[in-house]
Amino acid sequence: MSAAEATDTHGHGHGEAEAARQKFSSITRDIAWVAEMPKPPKIWYGLLGVSLLLLGMLVVAVTHLVTTGIGVWGNNNAQGWAWDITNFVFWIGIGHAGTLISAVLYLFRQNWRTSIARSSEAMTIFAVMCAGIFPIIHTGRPWLAWWMIPHPNDMQMWPQFRSPLMWDVFAISTYATTSLLFWYMGMVPDLATFRDRSKSKIKQVIYGIFALGWRGSARQWHRYERAYLILAALSTPLVVSVHSVVSFDFATSQLPGWHTTIFPPYFVAGAIFSGFAMVMTLLVPARYLFNLKHIITDDHIEAMCKITLATGTMVGCAYAIEFFIAWYSGNEFEQFTFINRMLGPYWWAYFIMVSCNLLFPQLFWMRKFRTNPWLIVGVCILVNIGMWFERFVIIVTSLSRAFVPSGWHYFSPTKWDIMTLVGSFGLFFTLFLLFFRYLPVIAMSEVKMVAPEAHAGKDDH
Amino acid sequence: MSTSTHDADNHEHGDAGAPAGDKPEGGGELYGVLAEFDSPGALVKGARKVKDAGYADFDCYSPFPVHGIDDAMGIKRTILPVVVFGAGITGTGLGLLMQWWMNSYDWPWNVGGKPTWSIPANIPIAYETTILLSVLTTFFGMWIFNKLPQVWHPFFRLDRFTKASDDGFLLGIEAKDKRFDLDRTTELLKKAGATAVEPCYHDPDPAKKQMPKWIYAFIAATTVMAMIPLALILKARASKSTQPHWHVIADMDFQPKFKSDNAFAAFPDGRANRGEIAGTVSTCSPGSPRPCDHDRHVKSDTAMYQGIEGGEWITGLPRSVEPTAQRLARGKERYDIFCAPCHGFDGKGAGIVPARVQKLGGAWAARDLTDVGAGVVTMPNGQLFNTISNGFATMMGYSSQIPVDDRWSIVLYVRALQRSQNATLDDVPADQRGALR
Repeated sequence: MSAAEATDTHGHGHGEAEAARQKFSSITRDIAWVAEMPKPPKIWYGLLGVSLLLLGMLVVAVTHLVTTGIGVWGNNNAQGWAWDITNFVFWIGIGHAGTLISAVLYLFRQNWRTSIARSSEAMTIFAVMCAGIFPIIHTGRPWLAWWMIPHPNDMQMWPQFRSPLMWDVFAISTYATTSLLFWYMGMVPDLATFRDRSKSKIKQVIYGIFALGWRGSARQWHRYERAYLILAALSTPLVVSVHSVVSFDFATSQLPGWHTTIFPPYFVAGAIFSGFAMVMTLLVPARYLFNLKHIITDDHIEAMCKITLATGTMVGCAYAIEFFIAWYSGNEFEQFTFINRMLGPYWWAYFIMVSCNLLFPQLFWMRKFRTNPWLIVGVCILVNIGMWFERFVIIVTSLSRAFVPSGWHYFSPTKWDIMTLVGSFGLFFTLFLLFFRYLPVIAMSEVKMVAPEAHAGKDDH
Repeated sequence: MSTSTHDADNHEHGDAGAPAGDKPEGGGELYGVLAEFDSPGALVKGARKVKDAGYADFDCYSPFPVHGIDDAMGIKRTILPVVVFGAGITGTGLGLLMQWWMNSYDWPWNVGGKPTWSIPANIPIAYETTILLSVLTTFFGMWIFNKLPQVWHPFFRLDRFTKASDDGFLLGIEAKDKRFDLDRTTELLKKAGATAVEPCYHDPDPAKKQMPKWIYAFIAATTVMAMIPLALILKARASKSTQPHWHVIADMDFQPKFKSDNAFAAFPDGRANRGEIAGTVSTCSPGSPRPCDHDRHVKSDTAMYQGIEGGEWITGLPRSVEPTAQRLARGKERYDIFCAPCHGFDGKGAGIVPARVQKLGGAWAARDLTDVGAGVVTMPNGQLFNTISNGFATMMGYSSQIPVDDRWSIVLYVRALQRSQNATLDDVPADQRGALR
């Protein structure tokens, strides 16, 4: 059809429509390219190799733990919880940024989220999978974990629903289910694109099955968008409840250093903080590696840096409030706990926590640090370290110096503790690298929808 | 199929004016027409014209939700939110009901005497079940309302249709619409701004009109196969077996060791339990470094340890048991502790246990030790000792609680009780009979 024919029926020129279509197909092409390039960059293979090695280490460590017993860890009489629950809280916190980006920012109509939402949702799911390992294996008899599920049984017993540990079971499993369904649902239109672009029969069938026969019809889109909005609206209170419930595991106990009302908001802020740091640790290198800089733009990275700065400062405030409340309470156990946290045998852990979480993110006040990828990744890795240490400090310093000095004990990890933690990163990165190679890493349909070209050909445009 | 070779030429749709309605080779039944528009805005306008022309069985296809299309096509708001709201309320209700029923009704959890039902502590789980049920309803409800999964659709036969997931804006009208006429509908679409209109036919092979049969067969077969483990479990639950349970993980209930009554094929007699080897002597044999009571271990004194001598119950006392006043006192003390609760302090069988049984409506009473007719009085001492040691009828044996020596003291005291309860004046020493009168 020539431009002359088009102009009399369409209010706008053929040129505009053509440019819009080219924009849409370039979005498809650039994003699908990540999965379609004949060979991924060499470094992808290198990273996958390392990740698989670490994953193997996790398998060895967990197998040894399960076949031998919890004694292989450094846990002792004072520290029934040590690295196991530290790792659990660390990983579950990482997941929260994904839901925040995909749901909360969606409700606030922050369109810049579209470029990072998919990969952060994937990160959420993989982080929840890593997190889920620890509460199960730390019981020592993981094959009995199904006792947590309320079911009629020959012991005639039901779970104790007023225990925060049961709340945890419900919160985490709801969170995992919701995140997975939200992620998958968002991916279906893009899987349909992959299905339509695939040249090999196997890929057509596999992507075809998971695309569920999506046709992109307006009637389907209508219900789909409603459902997406509802899921976002449901995920938002959910994400707040999950880390609040995790914090109840501590806050409802009587232990000084745990028994505080500030924990739920403090944990949620910390979770978002650590999650954003992890998103950036993953995406800043990935956008270079897979040539996605024009889709995940510098502005998007900058916005994430600002959120990291804000939440990091909130966490810093929480540290200060904890000390104030300890002093204000007039409770000597409480006061001792916090002075011991800062100056006791774990002073070094406290120092790492404060410097990584409060001090280093302050660099993001300066634009230079929000635009330099190396500095961003550097600060984000420090934040990840700092947030791991935050959970370590909360759990281990409180347990190691409880009420009675005869019960005091210093915790030292064994090699199995270290292998389990490092190995969990192997699981996380393996899944993430596979995701990045085989699934639509960015929501193509959403990027197209928020592009200005989506209004091409409309009279009110 | 491929869009990787997309270039400007692809968008010059030369087939826009192609004669519509040309059946393909051996073509099947007509499904409808598919029109292409060159921008989201053109699609919205086209959709409005199609709707205004009175068509109902049509739909638009685009790579992203096009703003304004719902109004143009006259799509009614979905009732999904209402359904989800209902699911949410149900989730709250079920969450609370589950917790109340399990923790307060079916098995009331008593935690330090606190109420078994206290709302605040039950809120977190009700909150999560609310969200969980809402999320599941949203997810599955959306697919059900959208009639998906449906991996088979006639439009998938057209190469053009793959643009709907890339950069194309398509409008399809089904032949089943009552206003549908291939030529007139094609004309309408062209007037409405379509850059290309193409008829779509079902596959000439009627078998390919639907999902292939083998997919249904596969789904049916996997469903049936998935039931097999469940069926085996149900069968195992309903039937009896002489074999012990099969445990996937033995925990510490099952340890790699043999108990005395286990079978063990490695020994000729098939038993794990090994008898005493001929000629075995006690570890406390003379000359052993540890001080020990040889007799207590070997128990060769059958009168003392079994109440038997020469195969008969002994009627006297074992050699080492002296009938002293001191022993009698010891026997009374032990009797009052171990025997009196049932047999009573006087031996007549009216202890506090039978009293309690009778109070609760039972008819049981302990045996009267002193009644000549009841048989205990005439019982040989050895048999009485054996009864104390190993029990009789509902009475349990006391060998694990009362040492041998004390059991003989009790025998002695029981004899004294029997004498005292069945005494005649002749039993009183002659010089004291006067005091009783």
